[in-house]
Amino acid sequence: MTVMARAATTADAFNAVAEPRRRQILDVLAGGERPVNDLVAQLQMAQPLVSKHLRVLREVGLVGVRERGRQRLYRLDGQALKPIHDWVKNYERSWSQRFDRLEVVLEELKQNKEEHDGDDK
Amino acid sequence: MAMTSSGTAVVTLPTDTQIRITRTFAAPRHLVFKALTTPELIKRWWGGDRGDVTSADVDLRVGGKWRYVMTANEGFEVAFHGEYREIVPNERIVSTEIYEGAPDGVSVNTVSLEEETGQTMMTNLAEYPSKEIRDSVINSGMEGGMQESFDHLEQVARSLR
Repeated sequence: MTVMARAATTADAFNAVAEPRRRQILDVLAGGERPVNDLVAQLQMAQPLVSKHLRVLREVGLVGVRERGRQRLYRLDGQALKPIHDWVKNYERSWSQRFDRLEVVLEELKQNKEEHDGDDK
Repeated sequence: MAMTSSGTAVVTLPTDTQIRITRTFAAPRHLVFKALTTPELIKRWWGGDRGDVTSADVDLRVGGKWRYVMTANEGFEVAFHGEYREIVPNERIVSTEIYEGAPDGVSVNTVSLEEETGQTMMTNLAEYPSKEIRDSVINSGMEGGMQESFDHLEQVARSLR
């Protein structure tokens, strides 16, 4: 897994998505290409702030841009999110395994309780 | 009997130093609380697929200590311990957690249980002293035989049914 060897730089996708506003921008762009004004309107953020976040997202490859007439259209590049997905996924899987076992325990506790309830009545 | 369908834990990283894990269980929260705080029950689930929990000590009071020891599938032993800071029965447990292999990385874990129509949403928010430590905890998920298939788990679940 290449993600294990990820460099501890400050300008990678991991850091880029640590900022909640940038995640909001990505969420909107997941719905399709948008000019910056659409993002400003939808997220109710000041335009310079949106532009600043877009710049960070572009630097790490999470967002691409193209010109259309006078407009610049921003789009999500999902490929750049894959290392994050892979990285967290393994951790997530270990908790899922743990919780799957917890569910088995809970199911038994529920049954025991039902039996006791039956005794009381 | 309605066996609950196995969902997945949802892991998010709210800030640079936190890990948030959520999952909904088809059980009332007092039973979830019981499974989280009763040694014999902890032994049955806490190891997941990583190994067998050989010891679980729980002194469930503010200032009380907990310690779990697991023999990993690879044969080595790992231990975690901490102290309870806040206990609201059936609702909330705040405790510290230290992996004894890396004792500087103490985290503060807040487990919250919210019940709705017999289902319990569990949220586990872990706060680490630094981003580096937080990241190394996530990286640890990639080691120690955690990438085995789900086949094993399914077999155990079936045998307990």
